[in-house]
Amino acid sequence: MREITFILNGETRSVNVEPNEILLDLLRDKLGAKSPKCGCDRGDCGACAVLLNGRSVRSCLIYAIEVEGMEIITLEGISRNKLSELQESFIAFNSFQCGYCAPGVIITTTELLQQNPHPDLEEIKEALSGNLCRCTGYKPIFDAILAVTEKEEK
Amino acid sequence: MSEHRFVGKSVVRIDGKEKISGAALFTDDIDFGASLLHAEIISSTEAHALIKNIDISEASKAKDVVQIFTGKDFPFKFGLYMKDRHILAQEKVRFVGEQVVAVVARSPQAAKKAAKLVKIDYEPLPAVTDQLAALKDDSKLLHPDLADYPHVPWFFPKAGSNIAHWRKIRKGEPDKGFAEADYILEDTYEVPRYAHCALETHVAVAKYDYSGRLTVWSSSQSPHTQRNLFAEALSSLGLTHKDVRVIAPHVGGGFGGKAGVTMEIIPAALATKLQGYTVKLRWSREQEFMNTYQRLGLVAKIKMGAKKDGTITAIDHKLYWDAGAYVEYGANVVNATGLSAIGPYRISNISIDSICIYTNLPPGGPYRGFGYSEFLFGLESHINRLSQKLNIDPVEFRRINAIKEGDETAYGAEMNPNGLHQAIEEVAREIEWDKKIESSDPKKAIGKGFAIFWKAPAMPPNASSSAFLKFNEDASINLLISGMDIGQGYQTVMAQIAAEVLSVPPSKIRVETPDTDRNPYEWQTVASHVTWSCGNAVKRAALDAREQIFSLIERVFHFPQDSLYLEDEAVKCLTKKDFSLPLKDFVVNGIMTEDGTFKGGPINARGVFMPEFSSTQGDPETSQGGHPNVHYTVGAGALILEIDKETGKMRVLKAAEAIDAGKALNPDLVRGQITGGLLQGLATVLYEDMRFDDKGRMLNPTFTDYKIPTSMDVPDEVIPIIIEVPQPDGPYGARGVGEHTMLPAAPMIANALEDALGIRIKTMPITAEKVALTLLQKSEEK
Repeated sequence: MREITFILNGETRSVNVEPNEILLDLLRDKLGAKSPKCGCDRGDCGACAVLLNGRSVRSCLIYAIEVEGMEIITLEGISRNKLSELQESFIAFNSFQCGYCAPGVIITTTELLQQNPHPDLEEIKEALSGNLCRCTGYKPIFDAILAVTEKEEK
Repeated sequence: MSEHRFVGKSVVRIDGKEKISGAALFTDDIDFGASLLHAEIISSTEAHALIKNIDISEASKAKDVVQIFTGKDFPFKFGLYMKDRHILAQEKVRFVGEQVVAVVARSPQAAKKAAKLVKIDYEPLPAVTDQLAALKDDSKLLHPDLADYPHVPWFFPKAGSNIAHWRKIRKGEPDKGFAEADYILEDTYEVPRYAHCALETHVAVAKYDYSGRLTVWSSSQSPHTQRNLFAEALSSLGLTHKDVRVIAPHVGGGFGGKAGVTMEIIPAALATKLQGYTVKLRWSREQEFMNTYQRLGLVAKIKMGAKKDGTITAIDHKLYWDAGAYVEYGANVVNATGLSAIGPYRISNISIDSICIYTNLPPGGPYRGFGYSEFLFGLESHINRLSQKLNIDPVEFRRINAIKEGDETAYGAEMNPNGLHQAIEEVAREIEWDKKIESSDPKKAIGKGFAIFWKAPAMPPNASSSAFLKFNEDASINLLISGMDIGQGYQTVMAQIAAEVLSVPPSKIRVETPDTDRNPYEWQTVASHVTWSCGNAVKRAALDAREQIFSLIERVFHFPQDSLYLEDEAVKCLTKKDFSLPLKDFVVNGIMTEDGTFKGGPINARGVFMPEFSSTQGDPETSQGGHPNVHYTVGAGALILEIDKETGKMRVLKAAEAIDAGKALNPDLVRGQITGGLLQGLATVLYEDMRFDDKGRMLNPTFTDYKIPTSMDVPDEVIPIIIEVPQPDGPYGARGVGEHTMLPAAPMIANALEDALGIRIKTMPITAEKVALTLLQKSEEK
């Protein structure tokens, strides 16, 4: 066990972790951040994505001990106080069905829009290619993202 | 037609905010505190073997292990339609991945560590991994005791064989029909197994408390069916239905995989031996691939005859299903497809044999489409090929033969009102069927493919739905129902129905995920039947509430009930224009009368629906008589496919799919089903394929090797088309569409490929590799 300190959704957290403890398990089981989901446990599906120092990562592939001193944002951190414009758009477009992939997709898209506020459809597809969704056929997800970026352009 | 305020409108999902904010709790997200134990399952490494010895001595001593269980601890059979499986393997294993030993420990890590110390000795038996081999006289029997297995009355197992069920249909005179044909085409089509791949794996948590009650939290499409099966299987412990409670939180995708009972019974059973603790079992992705239901494999032999004028004269359809080691649910896939294997066509002379065959592969079971995708691949390929032999355009051939309202189905019942012909026309128009497209790139070819489809809910004749509806002080509503919103938008649509009757907007109606203690009975969320069946129950509950409201108003104000109506959350009267009493003024606390007393009280309502016309009592040798299917949903699809002639890589440039929803209660959600279901269907033909070696081991149980589509794999354009020919007994005319949307995908691709390049592929999947190799072979033959 070793104590690590990092920022989770704007709050400083100190917690004891095992050297082989996985970040996803730490977030979910010890810190109560349940939005990152386990879908495959090997980095294939993207349901566990979180922002680590602003970049999306798969929390099932990262040891908890590695995040010492870093900043993590999960969907809880994005949703606090007020939903983002992107989230409102996902609601308006009925973009998700079962919703299990939604946290990962929102994390990935949030990162995309921070880096590239006006992505075209191909760039959106490319950015989301590591986030599996079995329900929607992806199109309602693309539509909601395009609606946000096109609105900003006006 | 009256104007609707909420039904037929694209209301946003009432669970949208929950799911987009991260608030939605799935089973794995619930905290259970310090009493939580974790189970790890040791699975069979053999496809067929006797269990000679299980040595748990080392594992029992491992740190934090609480107890280790084997089949001896749970000598019970269970199953939905046939009791042929066990909680943990008894003496014998029948597929690689079957649950043999359960290690329960204080942490998942401790359970995993201890599981590695359990030693199991097997004596291998000959394994049968091919359904046609399993039919041979000298084949090893998987279930020598088949004759003793309890099953529903509409199954016909053949004792002393590997045939668990045989659905036969004989109608008209097939021999005469073939004699009348100008052309007869006979061929075989093969479809492998597929995995549902819901993003959330199966997870269930169970607690058996000191008072003797069992609570199970389960990622499930079937909370009440689970309660029933748990109570039945564990009845020897003195459990009754009232002692079993199933709580079903949000489900991360189902697609049939979370119907019935599979792994959930393991933690339920373990908990009964660990009173006071809570026991959790979550499948890894690998376990999810290997030990839940899989889509059944199929070898289909089709013989079909037609006259020069295009009339189909006879069909002989033999379906050999690879149903796996246990068929308690899968045998009903075989049954349902047998009843419907003529496809959506008017055919008078019919012979169908749909045969459920035990094999040493994982249990086959429900998968979106319930077997129809599988037989439609062959049938809709065959239809195209037969039309070519007759020199008739394939769409025209379908126009000539497509079933209409009042035509007889294979089992002799009348076809329901439907928009199949309209669907054919609209899809043909959208895809410009008559217009040939040439690729400007000489390395590429473009073709068009067309297919039509139908599917009926497969359900017991007494499958029912029910609803409780209760008003709150502010006239908001809690609607208690027990179907599952597995993503299709069920909660939203049920709220829309109640909203329509009661003039309360869906945003003021809360629909929670079910808890069998609180919510009334629902059979299961399967068969695309809940919109229709539970929709009827919800409508009846809302009408019951309205009657209570009107009766109270009549009692207090003496307005006749037939002069009253609801509008904008208030009761109004046709004859008293100035009367408007807001619901919030009385639906809980009643109405004060002149003497200061109150009349009324909380409005609590109920509704029930059971299809009382349905019956499975057909003749076992012919299936004539009875009314096994409540109705069919029909549709048509077409696509434009571009193929790279060198690599075989395919790209769908445009796809159109029309489906007859009866009434689209929420058009946006119907379109969402088409877009999502179509891609799931396209994936089965273009990418996915469960691979097994000859020892029955699955070779690709990860998303790295079993490729489900990503955002890069979507068609360039999808045109969803909604047809609305009302279902007479549906709520506002609605019928289900959820499964159907993936049905035409595979034959559309096969037919488009032939249109483009003249090659006919008769085995799924049709991957780029297979196309390239077929083209290579064709060029070498020249």
